[in-house]
Amino acid sequence: MEPILRVENLTHTYSAGTPFQRNAVEGMNLTVMPGEFLGIIGHTGSGKSTLIQHLNGLLRPTSGHIYLDGKDIWAQPKKIRDVRFQVGLVFQYPEYQLFEETVYKDIAFGPGNMGLDKDEIDRRVREGAAFVGLPEDVLHKSPFELSGGQKRRVAIAGVIAMEPKVLVLDEPTAGLDPQGRENILAQIRAYHKSRGTSVVLVSHSMEEVAQNVDRIVVLRDAHNFMDGTPRQVFARAEELERVGLDIPQVTKVALALKRRGLPIDTAVYTVPELERELLRLKGGAV
Amino acid sequence: MLKDITLGQYFPGHTLAHRLDPRTKLLAVVLYIVALFCAKGVVTYAIVMAALATCILVSRVKLRALTRGLKAVYVIVIFTAVMNMFFTGGTPVADVWLLRHITFEGLRTAVFMVLRIIMLIMGTFLLTYTTSPIALTDGLENALSPLKKLHVPVHELAMMMSIALRFIPTLIEETDKIMSAQKARGADFESGSIFKRAKALVPILVPLFISAFRRADELATAMECRCYHGGDGRTALHVLHYKAADYLVMIGFVVLTVGVIVLARMGF
Repeated sequence: MEPILRVENLTHTYSAGTPFQRNAVEGMNLTVMPGEFLGIIGHTGSGKSTLIQHLNGLLRPTSGHIYLDGKDIWAQPKKIRDVRFQVGLVFQYPEYQLFEETVYKDIAFGPGNMGLDKDEIDRRVREGAAFVGLPEDVLHKSPFELSGGQKRRVAIAGVIAMEPKVLVLDEPTAGLDPQGRENILAQIRAYHKSRGTSVVLVSHSMEEVAQNVDRIVVLRDAHNFMDGTPRQVFARAEELERVGLDIPQVTKVALALKRRGLPIDTAVYTVPELERELLRLKGGAV
Repeated sequence: MLKDITLGQYFPGHTLAHRLDPRTKLLAVVLYIVALFCAKGVVTYAIVMAALATCILVSRVKLRALTRGLKAVYVIVIFTAVMNMFFTGGTPVADVWLLRHITFEGLRTAVFMVLRIIMLIMGTFLLTYTTSPIALTDGLENALSPLKKLHVPVHELAMMMSIALRFIPTLIEETDKIMSAQKARGADFESGSIFKRAKALVPILVPLFISAFRRADELATAMECRCYHGGDGRTALHVLHYKAADYLVMIGFVVLTVGVIVLARMGF
């Protein structure tokens, strides 16, 4: 199967020619398959945000290429807006981008820019709001009257309403309480399931990514560090720990048991998996 | 795009130009500007230019950074040059078409005026490139403190200035972020009529104002929490002291300015 998005040898240099010059991303490669739920993980400053701003053409590569459906997105720079409708990007703290008088109008901003007719916009706004669990009566309120978590949902709905082929979310749960986090993640999962489009979840929490995605890409110091299924990535849990990246609590327990001499497989990241692994060991030991 | 604005940006360093007392640098810039405006002929301009070149060399600020600052004033520079070329009376360059209106005197004035603007900007930029905004406002507050006797709220003005300077990069960054977020939703700032473009700014300005007010509110609370109550009885962490180098630089600039004024009077 052809990847829907392909990043090839991407390098981006900030402040070229000043004492502040630095490469935020260096020789990076990435593919996103159709319908895939991909997680991107890395510390602050690992190049996550820079990378994803290339996916929809907000940043132009210093060198390298980005292909959407096999076509270089910068082949026709005038058409870059079309790319932005197909790769929907939800920024970190997206609630600060709200500006309209009503929630409805704010969600309609993206679809409106696409030049859709009124009925289609109306359908998309209501669908987008439903995906993020916003009740109907909120639609006619001012976005500034809402709570922080609700504002964020409005902002996410605003991107979902563009019906992008790939939805990219940069730390969608930052600054929310545990309940709010789980709600938003559950809604994203439900969205991915029912729409079947690709979703890219950027986060610095391994836990969050491990529970949700099909494949994880780990970034470190502007480079790709690992790329694989959660199992493959957490099989290298010790390496992750060594470079200071967080690993899921369950994996930590497995790792600690291994250090105490138990021949356990550390590539586990959910409680049922660990349970199964422990039972297997117990059965084998008898 | 917005990141290219370097107006008043500080490039950290450890050269003599960075270490001087901000008051010295302020005085030096004032004297330099006086000298620049008094300069009349080739000799005096050359002297001022040499002074500027020395300062640039000492500060190790890259020439590219300085010329980039000139981007903002290209229009003014070209306008000045053209105006002076055509509207200064004297001997025409040649007796054909447009050249009839261009005089030798006009060309001369145009060159000098352009040089003056460029050197003015480079000199002041050098100050902000080598002096952190905090040091600059500290210096300004200190230099203007005699005005307190006349009930000029010097401290408050300096505080307002340092807060404003402090928030310029933050607000630029914020604007960049908001613009990106709206662009990601298909906002278009680069095409359409002027009216359409002005309307396209609403999705940037509303969030920007909201965040500016929020930040102002947070800052006020944070200052109150640290018992800020204005300038009375407030001491400084970095007390400003003149050192030998400061006196030398000051003397140097006084000599430069007086020299240039005298030479200019003599017609050089």
